[in-house]
Amino acid sequence: MNKPARGSLLGIEHLDAKDILGLLKLARRMNPLKPRPLLRGKRVVLLFYEASTRTRSSFEIAAKSLGAMTTLVQSSGSSIEKGESLLDTGYTLRAVGADCIVMRHPSAGAPLLMAQHLDIPVINAGDGMHEHPSQALLDAFTILKHKKSFKGLHATIIGDIFHSRVARSACHLLTKFGVKITLCGPPEFVPDVATTLAPGLRVTRYVEDALRGTDVVMLLRVQKERLGGQKIRLQDYVARYQMTPARLKLAKRDAILMHPGPIIRGLELTAEVADGPQAVIVDEVRNSVPTRMAILARALGKAK
Amino acid sequence: MLTAKSQKRDVASLLIKGGHLIDPAAKVNAPMDVLLRDGRVAEVALPNKIRGNADEQFDARGLIVAPGFIDLHVHLREPGQNYKETIASGTAAAAAGGFTSVCTMPNTAPVVDTPEWVVWLRSPERAAVVSVFPIAAATRASKGATLTDFSALQRAGAVAVTDDGKPILEDEIMRMALRLGAELNLPVVQHAEDTRLTEHCSMHAGPTSFRLGLRGMPASAEAAIVDRDVTLAQQIRESRLHVAHLSTTDALKAVRRGKRAKARVTCEVTPHHFTLIDENVGEYNTNLKMNPPLRTAIDVEAIVVALSDGTVDAIATDHAPHAAHEKQVEFERASFGITGLETALALAITKLHREHKIPLTRIVELFTAGPARVFDLPGRGSLARGSQADVTIFDPRKRWTFEAAKSCSLSHNSPFDGWQFTGKVVATIVGGRVVYRAD
Repeated sequence: MNKPARGSLLGIEHLDAKDILGLLKLARRMNPLKPRPLLRGKRVVLLFYEASTRTRSSFEIAAKSLGAMTTLVQSSGSSIEKGESLLDTGYTLRAVGADCIVMRHPSAGAPLLMAQHLDIPVINAGDGMHEHPSQALLDAFTILKHKKSFKGLHATIIGDIFHSRVARSACHLLTKFGVKITLCGPPEFVPDVATTLAPGLRVTRYVEDALRGTDVVMLLRVQKERLGGQKIRLQDYVARYQMTPARLKLAKRDAILMHPGPIIRGLELTAEVADGPQAVIVDEVRNSVPTRMAILARALGKAK
Repeated sequence: MLTAKSQKRDVASLLIKGGHLIDPAAKVNAPMDVLLRDGRVAEVALPNKIRGNADEQFDARGLIVAPGFIDLHVHLREPGQNYKETIASGTAAAAAGGFTSVCTMPNTAPVVDTPEWVVWLRSPERAAVVSVFPIAAATRASKGATLTDFSALQRAGAVAVTDDGKPILEDEIMRMALRLGAELNLPVVQHAEDTRLTEHCSMHAGPTSFRLGLRGMPASAEAAIVDRDVTLAQQIRESRLHVAHLSTTDALKAVRRGKRAKARVTCEVTPHHFTLIDENVGEYNTNLKMNPPLRTAIDVEAIVVALSDGTVDAIATDHAPHAAHEKQVEFERASFGITGLETALALAITKLHREHKIPLTRIVELFTAGPARVFDLPGRGSLARGSQADVTIFDPRKRWTFEAAKSCSLSHNSPFDGWQFTGKVVATIVGGRVVYRAD
């Protein structure tokens, strides 16, 4: 077991504000439309144990925009199906010449385990319910495009926070800059223990209370596949927490509406809200490429 | 330290001289010499009062001499999982930890649910270096559906029954087990976990599990079962319930309730549950993954009080060896359990005695008279004349560092690797023979 290689990005929790600002600054200088061969000859392996559209494709485009080669390894159709352990898969990928592994895994902590046993940087592209650091970074990038600074901001996160790695990473990141965050949802989704995650968090069950005066609204998908036996009726959830134009009006007039996707219209938000002027959902996806370019450049020591 | 007067391998008599004897069962806490002869305690007397020759002498000056320690809860992995541990390696680790008797759990492959397997475990071919007392399965294959033949298992040598690793969930099955146990004076050991509340969980439910994104086992999953079992034990006359590896404040309350009502309820606590808390899992350290999981600082505090006031009957290790490939995996996939035989006394002295000021006499009781009573182990738990010549000799002030890689166990999954301890086993004597001696 060793310390993760320099440039690894395993979570937001243990990053400091300076690191985060450095990454965001680097991301602003990245332009996927003007490819720079910073990572020419580098091999980036995208190791995906879970389904993904936007994270996988944007990491791939980010790597290719920097001149790196990419290989996609998925659990189906690989030796993982035959029972190969995580570490053996890692050693194999290292042996074929991987310079960096971008990894998504259903089990919390899996990227850390990998990083502790390899000498190359590992980037966490989402691990179970734990963290999704590149999403938090691209969301911070998006917020700063609309808000200039984190100073004095109030954010509201609504939905299934318990099962959400996006929410955990966002809470870690934004609170490092003093953003006050209100978490909103039923107790099954937003247990009281959630406030212990970071300083400056509060929980409310009432969406009206959560929205009043907020600058940033972040919605989370209700992950039916992660309900794990919890009995929440979707109709009740829609009635109490769905983002509607009327509810959104409670937020500040210039509040932005975010969602890590995939969105389910008619469930956590209405179509009008999704397509409305305050929604920056597509913008988030667009910003994911320069952000992930910055993460890869940092990982492979080309952060200049 | 050991001066041989004869070259015979099996010495008939051994005089332990100059030590300080702590024998809580006999209410002794004084400098005493102990003479062992033919596998029994022949004489206990004030220093230099024992006349006659012994084949060998053991110089125990500056050391504590105690009845051989008893561990009510070990997994020695045989039959079937000898890549993790064997009776031989596990009992060697026991000896190194000062244990002269160990009670083995039946969740092996296959499950020890027949008299034949109980006999097999006790056979000399297993090469045990300390006494092995098998605990047999309470239900067939520990599936929780059909009771095993308690009577036949007991006659074969089983000292208790349990489905450890799994709880007996069905009220009716537990009731039947306690009833049958009562007829035979056989304790039923329960791994208290309402598994309906702990599916897919890998640690205690709290801020740490939330932070790590791991599903957590609520403390109530343990307390609910202990509560029910204590109620059953109160209803069924003469039934004997033993709660394994108790870990929560509320479960302790249930045990206290049973004891106050004079039900025959006993419980054990592991060294890791009085030492570590859920936060220590840190960043997914699988050597801190066990079941029951590490709880909170409040639970540790309550456990320490209960160890001190007599609510807890025994310290038991739940020694659960696993191979490296079963621990170097994703936290949620890693096997539950840690090794514990070689660090139990050191943790008891370092944490309970030095930090929490529990007297050494009570600590010795928790390793000797306490567990001996829980399962009625014959001749064990005391050094009164005529008892089994099982002795543990330790130095309560010796400072040392535990290195898991140098363990006698085949597995090294200990969270205490590299820990500095005070208190170390110097020698372990089983049936009058020295089976372990520190370098």
